[in-house]
Amino acid sequence: MDENKKYDSIITLDQLDSDQEATIVSFNNKGDVELKRHLLGMGFVKGARIKLEKVAPLGDPIKFRLKGYSVSLRKTEAKNIQVGL
Amino acid sequence: MNIKIGLAGNPNVGKTTLFNQLTGLHQHVGNWPGKTVEKAEGHLNFENARIEVIDLPGNYALSAHSIEEIVSRVFIVDESSDVIVNVVDATNLERNLYLTTQMMELGANLVLAVNMNKFAKKRDYNIDFKELSTLLGIPVVEIEAIDDTGKDELLRAVKDATNKPIDSSKKLVYGAELESHLKELEKVIKRDISLLDVPVSWTAIKLLEHDKIIEEKVKESKYFLDIFNEVKKVEEHFKDIFNESSEEVIANYRYAFIEGLLNESLKKPEVEEPTISEKLDKIITNRILGLPIFLVIMWLIFQITFTVGAPFQDLIDQGFTLLGDTILAILGETTLSSFIVDGIIGGVGGVIVFLPQIVLMFLMISILEDSGYLARAAFVMDKVMHKLVGLHGKSFIPMILGFGCGVPGMMATRTMEHERDRILTMLTIPFMSCTARLPVYTLFIAAFFTAYQGEVMFSLYFLGVIVAIVVAAILKKSLFKGITSPFVMELPSYKLPSLKGVLIHTWEKAYGFVKKAGTIILAAAIIVWMLSSFPVGVEYGSQDSAIGQIGTVISPVFAPLGFGDWQPSVALLFGVVAKEVVVGTFSSIFGVGEDGAGLETAIHGLFTPLTAYAFMTFVLLYVPCFAALGTVKQETNSWKWPLVMVAVTTATAYIVSFIVYHGGMLLGFG
Repeated sequence: MDENKKYDSIITLDQLDSDQEATIVSFNNKGDVELKRHLLGMGFVKGARIKLEKVAPLGDPIKFRLKGYSVSLRKTEAKNIQVGL
Repeated sequence: MNIKIGLAGNPNVGKTTLFNQLTGLHQHVGNWPGKTVEKAEGHLNFENARIEVIDLPGNYALSAHSIEEIVSRVFIVDESSDVIVNVVDATNLERNLYLTTQMMELGANLVLAVNMNKFAKKRDYNIDFKELSTLLGIPVVEIEAIDDTGKDELLRAVKDATNKPIDSSKKLVYGAELESHLKELEKVIKRDISLLDVPVSWTAIKLLEHDKIIEEKVKESKYFLDIFNEVKKVEEHFKDIFNESSEEVIANYRYAFIEGLLNESLKKPEVEEPTISEKLDKIITNRILGLPIFLVIMWLIFQITFTVGAPFQDLIDQGFTLLGDTILAILGETTLSSFIVDGIIGGVGGVIVFLPQIVLMFLMISILEDSGYLARAAFVMDKVMHKLVGLHGKSFIPMILGFGCGVPGMMATRTMEHERDRILTMLTIPFMSCTARLPVYTLFIAAFFTAYQGEVMFSLYFLGVIVAIVVAAILKKSLFKGITSPFVMELPSYKLPSLKGVLIHTWEKAYGFVKKAGTIILAAAIIVWMLSSFPVGVEYGSQDSAIGQIGTVISPVFAPLGFGDWQPSVALLFGVVAKEVVVGTFSSIFGVGEDGAGLETAIHGLFTPLTAYAFMTFVLLYVPCFAALGTVKQETNSWKWPLVMVAVTTATAYIVSFIVYHGGMLLGFG
């Protein structure tokens, strides 16, 4: 698949800066299946636009905005999701 | 005409608000049969129909991910409901419709209720409801759950849908690639008639999603080998062409269907202004202000609970005093009057006095919950909970609820997906000082710490939190080794809580408390009175009475903690029933139920400020009430965990009170 070429660079979700927006490219298969299914239900699908909104006061978790709502993930979970810039 | 409807939808879409709006006080809360998930049912009359409403748990999907999702699914598949009303949030249609597509897969007789249109309009969203209805093939109604907007239209749509049911799976089309493979899989499934009790296409989809429950069911089939081979074939095929698992492929197609639908029916502005919620969150969960704001909110809750509650408390107290005096005046000093005044009024009245504070506490917790702040609290606190004790930010909400009452707190652990997390959280909840301990604190603080009321109270709550953290950390390193679970949580928009919702919620809890006072606590009060009055001829509540003798036997156990008299021992013994009973027991023993001031004087003879504090610490930490133990049994479906809880709490209480007493002595507070 050559679709990764659509993006300038691919990083993991936790590497986004505040207010930076990106597109979800893939899930790392190391993440657990249950979690993946849950994330899919919450809108974490390939092609979805996602923005880092806010890092919690203590540095973790992180609040993201996608599909018109806000959701929080821990850094360790965000690491398993790749996004394209 | 009788109609039965289920309300389904994502969490935070106003489902429960709609439920309250529809049914008002005609509702009751119970459990789903055989499950520990709360089931709220109610009814209303509309035109000539009696509509029965069932509030389903809030879900993002209908997989076998959590008990809640399974409950909703079983309801849609099995129960004899006429219509499923799917409540969706107009500001977030895309994600909300994901659940809708899954109900359409089941061919449910759906009515879509689009809520929160006011917010959507504020953001310049333009929804074409007619188009949406045509594309989905189901009725779509515009509503506003916080007022009556659209209520009649919704009920009429429900009535029409009851008379003319629709198979909602008709208009649901996934791409040709998926459809054709589903068809092949369906062909194999269709060979077994016993699998056709649910739509065959749904079974096919669930198998591709590796749904455990459906897999178990299919394993019973005599064609199961053929079916699983076909599933495997489709899976490998998807892997080849999409490089994705079949779960992802199906989710993508669902979202693709939704996207196509919304392209036709929803117009959004190109650039979206930040919502008020987002602006508010910039401050409330701010890097620097986040934690202080959180602490201030917690502190305010306690201040309001105690200062606003006090005058009402006095009023109730005076009422009971008057009642007691009147009864004494009419009956004179007899066994009967002693039974009524010392036993019943002393025991139950002494507890009812705390109703104002309990109502206020629940009032504020429901405001926090409905406003959306509780989720922020979890967000702000997750790092602490996670790093420090290996708990989950979501454990924070049940623990906060534990300040009101441990029972709803333990029930709230259901929002957590992992059983072990749930149990660990449940075990720590009893250390969160619930409202039932308030009567004990209030009594002792009034007697010993008048100058520092707020501070002493706050210190006890704080101590409870610290102990909870330490105990959780110890348990995490021993019994619950090596489990971490993800923190995926929606942060709903801030909302002004609806008055009706908050009041109904508070009423339910207050009613529960009064009921407890009327049953368990009354029974305990009667037993205490009897044990205090017998054997015949003894002075009421003296050491010679049955209760005095029991207390005398067990009191040496408590001597190392500084309160080795028989009265506190008896109070603690009965306090296992419910913590309020501790105060009830004291007032019964001293026969001063009709006079609060007398009770303070009486306990002055037994305690010093230091031992009073050690005693309050013990009450804070030891075995929670019967109701809490019963809840743990129910939630975990085994006696193991309630017993573990008894052991953990008793040991903790003994150790911490010991440290408080001896530490205090060393510091010269004795």
